[in-house]
Amino acid sequence: MSQSKVYLKFDWLTIFLFFALVGIGWINIYSASLDETATAFFDLSNVYSKQLMFIGLSVLLIIFILAIDSKFYERFSSVIYIISLVSLLGLFVFGKEISGATSWYSFGPFGLQPSEFAKAATALALAKYCSDMQTNIGEFKHQIRAFIIIALPAIFIIPQPDPGSALVYAAFIFPLYREGLHFVYLLLGFFAAALFVGTLAFGVIWVSLGVIAIGALIFAYNAKRNRKRPPIIRYSIIAAACIGFAFSVNYIFENVFEQRHRDRFNIVLGKETDSQGIGYNTNQSEIAIGSGGWTGKGWTQGTQTKGNFVPEQHTDYIFSTVGEEWGFVGSLVVIILFVALIIRIIYLAERQKNQFSRVYGYSVGAILFLHFFVNVGMVTGLFPTVGIPLPFFSYGGSGLWGFTILLFIFVRLDGGNYYYT
Amino acid sequence: MRKLLLLVIVMITGVVFASRLFYLQVYDTSFEKLSENNAIKIEYDYPQRGYIYDRDGELLVSNQPSYDVMVIPRNVKPLDTLEFCKLLKISKEEFKRKLEKARIWSPRLPSPLYPQLTKAEYASLSEKMYKFEGFYIQKRSLREYQVSHSANVLGFIREVDERIIKDNPDYIMGELIGKQGVEQAYEDELRGTKGVKYIQKDRFNREIGSYKDGAFDTIPERGKDIQLTIDATLQKYGEELFANKRGGIVAIEPATGEILALVTAPNFDPGLLVGRERSANFTKLYYDTIAKPLFDRGLQGEYSPGSPFKTLTALIAMEEGVMNTTEKVYCNHGYVYGRGQKLGCHSHFSPLAMIDGIAQSCNAYFCTAYRRIIEKYPTPQEGIDNWKSHLNSFGLGDYMGYDLPSGKKGLIPNSDFYNRWYNYPKYKWYATATISNAIGQGEVNLTPMQMANFTAAIANRGYWYRPHVIKSIEGQKTIPEEYTVKNVTTIAPEHFEPVVQGMFDVYNKGTASSLRVPDIEICGKTGTAENYVRIDGKAVQLTDHSTFVAFAPKDNPKIAIAVFVENGYWGSRYAGKIASLLIEKYIKGEITRTDLEKFVLEGSLMNEYEKPYTGKPFPINDGKKISAKFLAENNTK
Repeated sequence: MSQSKVYLKFDWLTIFLFFALVGIGWINIYSASLDETATAFFDLSNVYSKQLMFIGLSVLLIIFILAIDSKFYERFSSVIYIISLVSLLGLFVFGKEISGATSWYSFGPFGLQPSEFAKAATALALAKYCSDMQTNIGEFKHQIRAFIIIALPAIFIIPQPDPGSALVYAAFIFPLYREGLHFVYLLLGFFAAALFVGTLAFGVIWVSLGVIAIGALIFAYNAKRNRKRPPIIRYSIIAAACIGFAFSVNYIFENVFEQRHRDRFNIVLGKETDSQGIGYNTNQSEIAIGSGGWTGKGWTQGTQTKGNFVPEQHTDYIFSTVGEEWGFVGSLVVIILFVALIIRIIYLAERQKNQFSRVYGYSVGAILFLHFFVNVGMVTGLFPTVGIPLPFFSYGGSGLWGFTILLFIFVRLDGGNYYYT
Repeated sequence: MRKLLLLVIVMITGVVFASRLFYLQVYDTSFEKLSENNAIKIEYDYPQRGYIYDRDGELLVSNQPSYDVMVIPRNVKPLDTLEFCKLLKISKEEFKRKLEKARIWSPRLPSPLYPQLTKAEYASLSEKMYKFEGFYIQKRSLREYQVSHSANVLGFIREVDERIIKDNPDYIMGELIGKQGVEQAYEDELRGTKGVKYIQKDRFNREIGSYKDGAFDTIPERGKDIQLTIDATLQKYGEELFANKRGGIVAIEPATGEILALVTAPNFDPGLLVGRERSANFTKLYYDTIAKPLFDRGLQGEYSPGSPFKTLTALIAMEEGVMNTTEKVYCNHGYVYGRGQKLGCHSHFSPLAMIDGIAQSCNAYFCTAYRRIIEKYPTPQEGIDNWKSHLNSFGLGDYMGYDLPSGKKGLIPNSDFYNRWYNYPKYKWYATATISNAIGQGEVNLTPMQMANFTAAIANRGYWYRPHVIKSIEGQKTIPEEYTVKNVTTIAPEHFEPVVQGMFDVYNKGTASSLRVPDIEICGKTGTAENYVRIDGKAVQLTDHSTFVAFAPKDNPKIAIAVFVENGYWGSRYAGKIASLLIEKYIKGEITRTDLEKFVLEGSLMNEYEKPYTGKPFPINDGKKISAKFLAENNTK
């Protein structure tokens, strides 16, 4: 078979969705950062000009990624992972502090954010580990190792501090589950989250009472059905663990979290409604989106966008520009494009015959989903304010390139699959 | 299962987000408004309110510039409060209170902090205004009154309140709206259209240019001038004649329905309701519940019409064919309509026919006529309703639809009214039970405006135009159509001549013979109406009201007039004199009978008005009669 036919086997639907999202993203960045006093269209002091350049460079990056042999990614995944960890650690020495977070290497006017690239590296490493003949993710020993692979970069990212980027690593629970992780882990994760939110919303006392009440109900039900006395000690331990967890959440929330984190949770939970101070971001974002109506105010016509009422609108809050200027119809199109892309990736991952590609593909889908979920949830006021970007949309070279690499390695793996095996 | 979990979660997320967006963008529209408040500043340019002229083109109301200190609480920066308060001449506490009030109303929208500066205050403040961020001066125009009369006709303007804004979203806080009189009736014409400028702001509330390059901006449009039918000279004279008396005058041009004068007394200087003292002055007028200066007696006062109503009884009797001009009726100091039931009458020759009946105001004659009107029909119910329909055709018993915003319906009772009153059919009632209506006492109540209107209809021999104060509106060729429609009464034109002749004889040889005006043929009818007030829950009779209706000249009448003087003793004592002076003034332009004028100008009824408040028994009707009931009540205590 001739090498020249390889390109035909790439999944063109994924590539189309990618470019559609990047294109729509740029149109909105243009509007959000439009400065009427600027004269030249292309001027690297403009946010939208820079983003256009980043998009151009990412096209080069795509060609480069697709040109490399797909076996390269599997073979060098450990090396890539280690380089990525080192670059994260190096930040503590060489990093540049920008708006309170030491997340950047500085190269003249541009900066690189290694955490954006670490996601792809971690996905590769996890895929490599899971696809190892020796690995059985159902075993506890292997579970621990997989968790360490995932947790290491997150642990390095948290103290930058960038808890938002670290949160993304929770997405890896989906590929692990797909590969055989027991359902209990997901349940545990879910209950932990529920206990966490419950504790913040209702307080330790009520949550503890609730746990005891539910535990007693289950105990009574089982006792009646089985006739045999259920193990009361096991129930007590589980209940105690839950209550202990609630208390530790309370402790962490009050003593480890900073006030700004507490505020963000309190606003989403409806405990505070200060729309001028701490709730300003979410409130302004909701106003901008809500004012869009059915079809929006039109491109570059958004009054909220023009007045810069929504902070960080060209980065984390870019979706509010979509909402204001393109209305419900435009927002729905973007939602559908994202959902379609993620579903397409999961579908492709399931199609893979090679376990490495499947785990990697699943990781890509899960990471994109988590970003999408947290970001749009935050911008529409459903989720606490967590600073993570909307993939392909938000302004930023590192972010765009990180997602481009993440996605196109999978496109390459998927395309290469047919050819080499 | 393992393959589906993430897929399902992704899809659920998509649906949840789509619903959330639908809620925010389509379902809950409150965000749209928030965005406008947030990002766009609206600046208004207020036009001048239209001027008001009288029928001869005399300027009554113009404008003066006024300056409001406005505040946008959100933009207020720390300031030298002491200096600012000194400039505004208010205390620090008051300043703080007002600022807080504005903040509660809206931190983002402008509120008036200190309205209506004088020109001098404006001059000293404007050059220091730059020091006080968040405050600015908004120019508006206020009314300037060229005359000190006609307050009841003109009305006034006031700041809109939250209730008005709720009903009329066109208005915003600090704007002015016409209240009462022509200011309210012609608000839409006088107001003009305010100019709007939309300014795009950024999140620091800085202005960053015109919104959409001014595509939505509009320029202000000046309010339209209006000309009233009021004759300023007559109006002013009418108010002067009412010095120290209470009551009202309505003068109408019969040929057109134009209101020449609409006087209520006591009145007040319209200039009192301008500027910063407006509120305090208004409160003072509002709480004067004894003299009631804000009560327009010409439009809102409902009184027993008294004898002038007899002209209508005569007209209906002729139309119904129950009386003619030749039949004579005997009068022996009254009309006996039942065993021991007699409605008294004063001394005059007897018997008399219709024209003399009117001239001498004979009660017996009109009771006879009225009874025949009602008893012509098989039941008194039908009789009353037929009688009422004749009266309704004169515009009585309902709002007349004139172009001023206040008024009362008066009362022309129908059969339902009496059925309820007498508990029909358990108890029956007959024409005699309502006999007082014949002479304008009893249940009949009319406003002076309605009295003037039926007088105008008699002057026209059978038709009337809806009374109105609007003569012309700038830029419009015609006045509203409803004021140019001829309303024809149910009485045939030929029946009017005897009544006119009777009213003419009132002046020649009847009850108003002392009030003749040389060279003018006046037709009129005196009235003396008994009246009662409630004191401590008991009906107490007061001195009679003095009423008078007239028109002149007899042929081609130019003016029809109704005058009502509260507790003015009898018809010709005050009301008749005032009417004849006004007619002379209007037709001749000068007064020849200066003694008569002097009597009216200097005559005071203030002691009459104080009587019920003294707490002692008092004489009424020139001392001939003590308010007996009150006396009796006091003696039993």
